[in-house]
Amino acid sequence: MDVQLTINDIPLTVPEGMSILDAARTVNIDIPTLCYLNLHEMRLNNHIASCRVCLVEVEGRRTLAPACSTPVSHNMVVKTDTPRAIQARRTMVELLLSDHPKSCLTCAKNLDCDLQALAADLGVRNITYEGEETKFEIDKSSLAIIRDPNKCIRCRRCETMCNDVQTVGVYSAVGRGFETVVKTAFDLPQHETSCTFCGQCIAVCPTGALMELDQVDKVWKALNDPSRYVIVETAPAVRVALGEGFGLEPGTIVTGKMVAALRRLGFDRVFDTEFGADVTIMEEATEFIHRLKHGGRLPILTSCCPAWVKFFEHQFPDLLDIPSTCKSPHEMLGVLAKSYYADTYGIDPQKITVVSVMPCVAKKYEAARPELGQDPVTPDVDIVITTRELCRMIREAGIHFERLNDEEFDHPLGESTGAAVVFGTTGGVIEAALRTAYEWLTGKPLEHVEFESLRGMDGIKEAVIPIEGREFKIAVTHGLGNARTILEKIQTGEAEYDAIEIMACPGGCIGGGGQPYHHGNVEILKARAAAIYEEDRSKPRRKSHENPAVIELYKKYIGEPYGERAHELLHTSFTQRPKI
Amino acid sequence: MCDNPSPYNPYQQLDRYIDGLPYKKENLIAILHHAQQLFGYLPDKVQRHIAAKLDIPSAKVYGVVSFYSFFTMKPRGKHVVNVCMGTACFVRGAEKLQQEIEKQLGIKTGQTTEDGHFSLDSLRCIGACGLAPVMMVDGKVYGRLIHPEDIKQILDEYREPALKEGTST
Repeated sequence: MDVQLTINDIPLTVPEGMSILDAARTVNIDIPTLCYLNLHEMRLNNHIASCRVCLVEVEGRRTLAPACSTPVSHNMVVKTDTPRAIQARRTMVELLLSDHPKSCLTCAKNLDCDLQALAADLGVRNITYEGEETKFEIDKSSLAIIRDPNKCIRCRRCETMCNDVQTVGVYSAVGRGFETVVKTAFDLPQHETSCTFCGQCIAVCPTGALMELDQVDKVWKALNDPSRYVIVETAPAVRVALGEGFGLEPGTIVTGKMVAALRRLGFDRVFDTEFGADVTIMEEATEFIHRLKHGGRLPILTSCCPAWVKFFEHQFPDLLDIPSTCKSPHEMLGVLAKSYYADTYGIDPQKITVVSVMPCVAKKYEAARPELGQDPVTPDVDIVITTRELCRMIREAGIHFERLNDEEFDHPLGESTGAAVVFGTTGGVIEAALRTAYEWLTGKPLEHVEFESLRGMDGIKEAVIPIEGREFKIAVTHGLGNARTILEKIQTGEAEYDAIEIMACPGGCIGGGGQPYHHGNVEILKARAAAIYEEDRSKPRRKSHENPAVIELYKKYIGEPYGERAHELLHTSFTQRPKI
Repeated sequence: MCDNPSPYNPYQQLDRYIDGLPYKKENLIAILHHAQQLFGYLPDKVQRHIAAKLDIPSAKVYGVVSFYSFFTMKPRGKHVVNVCMGTACFVRGAEKLQQEIEKQLGIKTGQTTEDGHFSLDSLRCIGACGLAPVMMVDGKVYGRLIHPEDIKQILDEYREPALKEGTST
């Protein structure tokens, strides 16, 4: 049923149950919000009305109403722009600021902070209320996420994301009254919890309370150490989001400019994680076929996503034998840089520093996993920075990013195919694997390389792909809550699949916790995904096993995919971890 | 209570209680209540046990425990003394009463004596305003507590048998 009302004297008709906030948006009136966050596609709806910055006047109501959680009603008369409403909002922000550090200039979230933007929009010029300030310890225990509860405004978006969307449940509001703050169980340091370091809490935090571990200075140090041979590699999802940091439209492909910028920053070699992705497909497709032919356990699960890996280690320790043992693409590239590349060009691997630029926060944690290295002092990847951190480095160096001419990745670990590009979005890894597995199983060329049924933003996608008379059941999920649903079905035997791709972040890596902030606009993720598929179409080769540099790698160095040397360098193992 | 000799380990008793509930996750508060009765308090280990049993995150259990003042994460004494700080008691000298008990027990409100015999807490109105100021020991109400000697006498009642049987918690 529809409801008629007026907002700021504009008559409108909207469906029953709609909030005043959403109704106002239909007539182009923006009511400010802070704790509110509604990401349909991610199943995230945080409307706890705790911040009160969306207060509006409703005729006949004595008190102001929070627009985010007040449904419209028939003949309602709403005013969003009266002095009373505006002053009330300003007061709310003042109250929030009274217990918030005033260190904006030195805060890592400076100019990207929702609270700061709101204070500016509402013209908060002084803070009338000087009261007590809470004091909490900053949690720097993890190698990925820094948690500063002093900057927490108790909006609980992180909690909704972690508990409801990701079903990891690391955070909870703890204590009561003024002392309430979002914390971990028993105040445990983050690295002792079941946190997967997916960084989605960072992606939705309106302030600087949740940030990634900043490793920019470590990179600068390596770049300025003449004894170091510094190699950089960039993930597929970075090139479709980095431009946003320089004011370019979401979905702008900046691969060439990114390579040029990295070269200017002083990296000795600019390689592409996509080369690692093509190698991943060589290994994963072979592993899949091996399991098929030798009665191995199915489904095979992808293992590219470190947050997903940590998730199943904590939550599904009984399923440790089903994920592929493949290392993730950036780890593969790292180990190949320090072995194949170093051997071929006569460089001492001990002198090589590998820096990964990732859309991901969990990759920081992953790089430090002790098993991901040839020996304890030679990790496959030395430093991981996020898309946001690279953006900052380019600014720090004063490079006019938008004006750079396109440049190409270095040979040989910079060669890649379209199959590697699509790794950056949900459905991509399985699509890439199918392009290769199909040809290997049938011995025939695959004409239509685009698997439409595996694409899009649905949380769980299923498809049946016929190959050589056998029907392959494929599932694709993104978001760890969706992954849990699928895994529980496997545990109970309710569903059977041959292969499943899982990415921890909604949308896949394009929506990673280290990407430029989307500020609640899911359209940005869709634009990035579209750019990924555009980049795939523009590639002359679109199947991983056709990458000439990869073919050469196997011929000269690795031998057979999934063989002995491949296991030594490109495969890993998983560990049972407690659920907390 | 925690010091009663039991043929069963309290974790098993707790599990049996939980197993008997038709709804489990929905009954978190009742379960915590029961656990506090069994263990005397709710240490991390017990909270983690409940979280695992109910298949919910420990952070959620901790959030609930930290919210309700009834739940305690510190071991409680054998006897719990509560001073009512409700309005009626307050205007009739609850603060003085609290200070006197603190002096006699040698602890602050919220603490437990070193021998584990007494814990001291405060609570809001218990509905005995006519007897204000009021204190409660293990659920038993004592009113009109103005004179330190009266307070001492009551506390001694709880102290005496303890000296004979020792202070197991």
